[in-house]
Amino acid sequence: MSPLPPKKDYIGAMTPMPVKASCAISVRNLRVKYGEREILHGVNFDVPAGETMVILGGSGSGKSTLLRTLVGLERPSSGEIYIMGKEFANISEDERDELRKGIGMSFQSGALFGSMTVGENVALPLQEHTDLDPSTIEIMVRLKLDQVGLSGFENYMPAQLSGGMKKRAAIARALSMDPQVLFFDEPSAGLDPIIAAGIDELILKLKRAFKMSIVVVTHELASAFLIADRMIVLDKGVIVADATTDEMKNSTQPRVRQFLDRVPEPEVTGEIDYLQMLTGDIPPIRQ
Amino acid sequence: MAFTDSIGAATIDGLAYVGGLARLTGGAAKAVFISPFQGKRFHMSRAIHQAMAVGVEALPITSLISFFIGAILAVNAAYELRKFGALHLVASAVAVSMTRELGPLMTAVVVIGRSGSSFAAEIGTMKVNEEIDAMETMALEPISFLVAPKFLAMILMVPCLTAWADFMGVLGGGAFGLAAASFTWGSYIQATLEALIAHDILTGLLKAMFFGLVITAVGCQEGFSTGLGSEQVGRSTTSAVVKSIFAVVMVDLVSTTIFYLTAPR
Repeated sequence: MSPLPPKKDYIGAMTPMPVKASCAISVRNLRVKYGEREILHGVNFDVPAGETMVILGGSGSGKSTLLRTLVGLERPSSGEIYIMGKEFANISEDERDELRKGIGMSFQSGALFGSMTVGENVALPLQEHTDLDPSTIEIMVRLKLDQVGLSGFENYMPAQLSGGMKKRAAIARALSMDPQVLFFDEPSAGLDPIIAAGIDELILKLKRAFKMSIVVVTHELASAFLIADRMIVLDKGVIVADATTDEMKNSTQPRVRQFLDRVPEPEVTGEIDYLQMLTGDIPPIRQ
Repeated sequence: MAFTDSIGAATIDGLAYVGGLARLTGGAAKAVFISPFQGKRFHMSRAIHQAMAVGVEALPITSLISFFIGAILAVNAAYELRKFGALHLVASAVAVSMTRELGPLMTAVVVIGRSGSSFAAEIGTMKVNEEIDAMETMALEPISFLVAPKFLAMILMVPCLTAWADFMGVLGGGAFGLAAASFTWGSYIQATLEALIAHDILTGLLKAMFFGLVITAVGCQEGFSTGLGSEQVGRSTTSAVVKSIFAVVMVDLVSTTIFYLTAPR
């Protein structure tokens, strides 16, 4: 494993990296604020085309904000995002909508439209963004549902599906425009281990079959190590590690080890500990 | 200082809210009247579905309420008019009150209860379930997809419902006139037609259109501003009803004043 550079090298504001043409996603010096509070403090990373990048981090680390910013649901206060080589962060809504047609997003809850059938959910992007005739759309919907193992469920309402089936249907909808980049928010959260393993298998299948570039936000470690080619670990809005899965397993970075070894946060007992927690300095790991 | 601060903050919040309503209404109007000519799709089937829900399905309750309101108006008018031996004016009192004021207002209240609250609940639930976010990531514009069909349905159907409510109100007044004021159906209708002028009916229908617009904007705005958690949907729904009633009364006040000042003398 190559030794992880010192923390300052991860803070893009100090060392911005050049954008690589071979990357599906490049993030440079990304900062996101909610009001006066900065959530992401200058994030830099690349997702090579055809690879799966897993974003790990504890609650409140900023990983959901990062994902929402990557898909354009939050505007960064500064920095750049390149998706398939095109600037995504600092463009007009119309330009952004055009680029969004080339990406797919699967939400934690599935976010299927409750008033539409599964088939209508999958068909919606095709109806809205293409001139395909209804019979072709119908065939494509069947194809997409078949790809996620939901053949024959076109006429079911989302409320009639189990949690795992909802996630699969959401993935089918995300695939409907044949995206080059696919984003997942907590794909296996709230599922039993067997169903979660099925979702992991599906993500791996999508990557192999369609050479998709995939970004997954999760805190399910088993799932992360199974599906990832690379991983980044976010902590308090800063990337503390960016490495391959093997490198990550052997990381000695204290915060990464704490996360991977499931070590609880030390109790705040004294004034100095409390100040450390407030200022974001990494507290010592309890032995 | 704290008092003036709070007044200032409330004013800014109020203006921001009105700005939000204007943005929503402007976006919906653009999606209905301009975007189809720029090659963008308008969801007519969704608008028809909304029109059925807002208008046709509201007919029974609107009919019933308007009929009784007309009858109540007639009773109240008769209570005063009989003192002057002017019971024959009951028909004109009911007709003018229904078409100018109570028809549009009672219809708006029914529509707020049925549709304004439902808009807030529908959009609020979608917000909580991340469906609005999903829509945006699919490059679907929530205003043109969700608000515009409601906007078109409301500005068309609320005036239609109001016209029906006016008719049912007159009918309710007529029922009382027949039972207690020596009218026949023929004489009652004759007296109603003599009392009404086109200005009364048209201003009532125009008001109804504005009410439809305001109810849509407030209902959808409350839906979009729903916070996290399902309990917030309930709050948004309640808030949509209360704010819509207030907004309708404000619009009524302003439009009635304008119509009064511009009325033929």
